[in-house]
Amino acid sequence: MSHALELIPPRPAPPEAYRQVTPARLFGFALLALWFLLGLALLGMMVFNWDTEKFVKYGPRYISGLGVTLTLVTTSIIFGALLSLPITFARMSKNRVLNTLSYVYVYVFRSTPLLAQLFLIYYGLGMFRPQLEQVGLWWFFKDAWYCGLLSFALNTAAYQAEILRGAIQSVPRGQHEGAASLGIPKAVTFFKIILPQALIVALRPYGNEIILMIKGSAVVAIVTVFDLMGETRYAFSRTFDYQAYLWAAIFYLAIVEALRHVWAWLEARLTRHLKR
Amino acid sequence: MGGLSSAFGSIWATFLDLFDPFCGRFGIFTLFGDGSLLACGVDGWGDEIGFGVKITMALALATLPLGLIIGFLVALAAQSEEKSLRLSAGVYTTIFRGLPELLTIFIIYYGLQMLIQTVLAAIGFEQRIEINAFLAGMAALAIVNSAYSSEVMLSAFRAIPKGQYEAGAALGLSRTKTMLLIVLPQLIRIALPGLNNLWMILLKDTSYISVIGLSEIMRQTGVAARNTKEAFFFYSIACGLYLLLAMLSSFGLSFIDRWAKRSEVGR
Repeated sequence: MSHALELIPPRPAPPEAYRQVTPARLFGFALLALWFLLGLALLGMMVFNWDTEKFVKYGPRYISGLGVTLTLVTTSIIFGALLSLPITFARMSKNRVLNTLSYVYVYVFRSTPLLAQLFLIYYGLGMFRPQLEQVGLWWFFKDAWYCGLLSFALNTAAYQAEILRGAIQSVPRGQHEGAASLGIPKAVTFFKIILPQALIVALRPYGNEIILMIKGSAVVAIVTVFDLMGETRYAFSRTFDYQAYLWAAIFYLAIVEALRHVWAWLEARLTRHLKR
Repeated sequence: MGGLSSAFGSIWATFLDLFDPFCGRFGIFTLFGDGSLLACGVDGWGDEIGFGVKITMALALATLPLGLIIGFLVALAAQSEEKSLRLSAGVYTTIFRGLPELLTIFIIYYGLQMLIQTVLAAIGFEQRIEINAFLAGMAALAIVNSAYSSEVMLSAFRAIPKGQYEAGAALGLSRTKTMLLIVLPQLIRIALPGLNNLWMILLKDTSYISVIGLSEIMRQTGVAARNTKEAFFFYSIACGLYLLLAMLSSFGLSFIDRWAKRSEVGR
């Protein structure tokens, strides 16, 4: 007979092995210090090389460039969204011809660079001036801004069509069947049942697409549109001051970060009924 | 020695002559471009454009491993338990995912140039320096690519259960060995679709390097377009070439995909 009559009293947990200085921590602090120094250097560059004359001269130009970038992106996103609707439906239709055509459109626009598309439209179509003048479209194709708009809209339409298609196909079949068994017409089913569920899925990719568009829109600077990047290049070519690029970086980072936070808030707000 | 290297040179020249896909004996521009704007040699632009394609491919292929390695290190920092490492990785991805690629390229190109000039001036050399567009482009694209690939790898890291690390520790493997032998193979498999996507993006982003003067597809076709006034034709060729590269790489990537999934076939 040898069972324990007295249990060992509970003991406190052993002290946590906590090392103040680990190699990872040292490395992490070194990296943070590096970022801090870099930030400080940039700040110092801006403070000590401050030139009120340049600021007065180029500041308003930067603001107008920012306006051009934002209008260009907004308009092309809207036109792209409109254009993406027929492409999405063609992509999902059972018609062989429509399906192939839309597939080719999406494939071509997604696998060639935006720069090449822009050059093809601006310089390439510019060659057909007599023909375009005859149809009365020359005013459109002679302006770099419109050409940028056209190429961005065509490009983003391909991406948005894929986003929309993926989102619509992610809605389970049961939703269609349920609506059909309730006797709801097809169009009503699509707009009231399928689309709202699809758009929630599509929300995050749409946000990414807008951010990609803002970043991609910098290429119009190469075809002489004075957007934010264009004004930056103008200022740099006049002053050879490296700060020109740093200011542009600050502007772009501010837009993208703001948009990212707005989008996160929007997503949290719109999906609050799905939270458990 | 000289004879040997010249022999190698002539073998290489024969090899190029036979297998160059653009202006070799059986290249497309030799076979179909004769007498047109795309002829090889001095009358056409075939050889220039073929050279551009090679530069584009070389740039993308040279950038990829660099971007992946930096991206892996950044992802490693971003999933570490150390707060300062996570924070510095976060700063890196936020900055380089938020900047337009074009701006990153300019910042790095002119920034490196200025940096080298200041360093040289400090030693006592006063000289205007122009750095190599290929290297500057490689650095810029690798940084952009690493910022994106670190995000892909970070989500792959999160998909690997903790038990895998614990099993490695239970087998007595060191942390490095656990990472290399257990985690990394699974990581690659999970991250592969995302990385395929990034390769396609990288291939397209090489077109931006034309703005700092690297003679890749966009620049070569641009020069041809300006000289011949046949912009539509040459930019269509550029689009077609990018399309071709994309098709070729999706063909190659499907092989890699199948190779990565070879253990799942039986199921």
